[in-house]
Amino acid sequence: MINPFALLEQQLTALGMIPAPLIVVAVIVAKILVIVLPLMGGVAYLTLAERKIIGWIQVRNGPNRVGPLGLLQPIADALKLLTKEMVVPSGASRFLFLIAPILALGPALAAWAVVPFGSEVVLANINAGLLYILALTSLGVYGIIVAGWASNSKYAFLGAMRSAAQIVSYEIAMGFALVGVLIAAGSLNLGDIVNAQRGALGPGSWFFVPLFPLFVIYFISGVAETNRAPFDVSEGESEIVAGFHVEYAGMGFALFFLAEYANMILVSGLASVLFLGGWLSPLPWLTSVPGVGLFFMDGIHWFLGKTAFFLFLFLWFRATFPRYRYDQIMRLGWKIFLPITMVWIVVVAAMVVWHMPPWFAAGARG
Amino acid sequence: MSAVVDYFKSLTLWELLKGLRLTGAYLFDRKITIQYPEEKTPQSARFRGLHALRRYANGEERCIACKLCEAVCPALAITIESEQRDDGTRRTTKYEIDLTKCIFCGFCEESCPVDSIVETRHFEYHGEKRGDLLMTKDKLLANAERFEAQIAADRAAEARYR
Amino acid sequence: MFEQVVFYSFAAVLVLAATMVITVRNPVHAALFLVLSFFASSGLWLLMEAEFLAIALVLVYVGAVMVLFLFVVMMLDINLTVLREGFARYLPVAGMVAVLMFIAIGMVIEHEHFGLEKPASAVTHAADYSNTRELGLALYTQYIWPFEIAAVILLVAIIAAIALTLRHTRQTKAPKPEKQVAVRRQDRVRLIKVDAERQG
Repeated sequence: MINPFALLEQQLTALGMIPAPLIVVAVIVAKILVIVLPLMGGVAYLTLAERKIIGWIQVRNGPNRVGPLGLLQPIADALKLLTKEMVVPSGASRFLFLIAPILALGPALAAWAVVPFGSEVVLANINAGLLYILALTSLGVYGIIVAGWASNSKYAFLGAMRSAAQIVSYEIAMGFALVGVLIAAGSLNLGDIVNAQRGALGPGSWFFVPLFPLFVIYFISGVAETNRAPFDVSEGESEIVAGFHVEYAGMGFALFFLAEYANMILVSGLASVLFLGGWLSPLPWLTSVPGVGLFFMDGIHWFLGKTAFFLFLFLWFRATFPRYRYDQIMRLGWKIFLPITMVWIVVVAAMVVWHMPPWFAAGARG
Repeated sequence: MSAVVDYFKSLTLWELLKGLRLTGAYLFDRKITIQYPEEKTPQSARFRGLHALRRYANGEERCIACKLCEAVCPALAITIESEQRDDGTRRTTKYEIDLTKCIFCGFCEESCPVDSIVETRHFEYHGEKRGDLLMTKDKLLANAERFEAQIAADRAAEARYR
Repeated sequence: MFEQVVFYSFAAVLVLAATMVITVRNPVHAALFLVLSFFASSGLWLLMEAEFLAIALVLVYVGAVMVLFLFVVMMLDINLTVLREGFARYLPVAGMVAVLMFIAIGMVIEHEHFGLEKPASAVTHAADYSNTRELGLALYTQYIWPFEIAAVILLVAIIAAIALTLRHTRQTKAPKPEKQVAVRRQDRVRLIKVDAERQG
């Protein structure tokens, strides 16, 4: 396969007018655009998918007026939000109020730098990838806290407080779940983690089988980290109006929206990389079948499919579960998830140390 | 003992999975959305919509200014003024319904001894200025002219129950 | 060249942010400047190929500690004018303490450590060199006792903090979620069959 970015670099060098460091920067920017633009499109159509799927679950049709099947709805929404006025409330801390949506969106996008889409398709193949992800997901809360404080509004402040406590609590359970993954894979590099899940059992070798409790806890914590239903107490439209973004309108609100959905996609993508074997094919035995064999090769389409599955779970949860009460969220995080993850980390460590077949048999991994 | 069973049952997320199964089944259920301007829900002959002030077939106004509707109106939306006409009968000089006050309870229609004030099935109207929703006598008479066929048919269909 | 530009920009941000932390009036702004200075220093560590330390700094301090700091600081209702009243009065004492501290630090570090040429330059490693693995190996073999002792001290601190704040004697009206969750339908609902109408 030809690497289009190497080709771009060649072409730019052949022009001979641009200095070498600028070419490197240009290639990196091109790579970033190739990740971010489809991501933004994904976010836009995730909002449509959410409205459609929740509509179907509620025996409705969902949006179907703007364009065929409502497919232009996200564009209409974006145009509406772009043309709306942004109001800075009186008594608000103006600079922080305006920078908060950017603080929310930035980490959600930056985390994609280390997510591997295919075996060689990753922007930055760094060794501490998992740590980097964990650090960036924990940064997303600043957008919410700063927004809540800078808005000079009681509702926004309450939302920010709730969100801060919730995210700090669930980050610990999430971190422990990820520790289990890195023990099992023996690496912090996301590409290596996927490769460690390659095995004779196909999907049975993926980490969600030996690490099943951690898998469940990771995903539930992910739902909590992204402030999605049933953990959306920081928005809580029936209690505190809209929580941290109650004072935002127009593009500021749109950025918070983008950040929330980009985070959802990130959590789903990570769940598929860490537990469902990323780009690995679920039926590797069918690659030699003529005709459909190409489809069952490992590839980016499996990664996207698995991510889409988790995104569907997000929407399904939202349509099914009522909002958790705040003290119960805290109890779930600290008193249930934390002990389970700790116990299972010990179990995983024992399995790895004693080379428990079939997942951790000696010689199965490098 | 049952507490222990419940504890482990909650760890399996059993009840949550049951909830997910229920909503998941509705995902594929037949949708009941009515695509409003193209499709409409069936309407009863007793539908209470826009008001109309009817006339007899010979063109005479039915309303005799008895003011029963004005008296019964719970929202005080009806205002009536009357005078004696040259032929000695009492007629309204002013008959107004403020639709911004009206609650569409249908009491005016029920109280009317001569089937003059009625509520039609028409509900798709709007006002662009403040006065547009103040139904004057002329507007009400015009409504009746516009919907008389429907009004008469509905009255005939419901005659058994009235 | 490129590295130096990055270094000096991070260093400038770090110094500026650190200065703002102690000069800015609003405590929330100060906390946010502290976050910024943590970021800048983690950038500096990244330049020194200490990626584990850099990310751990962001993860632990920015992601957790400062969030809790902000949590508390935001709820403070500080009257700034009252705070500023004694500034001139305390200035001489504070200045003396600061100078003494500065001298003490200088004596501990000693002047032979200052200067760019003094410390050995950092060893550059190949791209596949895993900082995390080396750090873990050192921590869990060579420094296992200090590591474990630090862990035990932290554990004691946690338990002490919980023991200090957990008081059952106080009359709290907070509901107990575990009790509420454990409730079953048959504990609360009793269906009674009542005859619709009694003759007589």
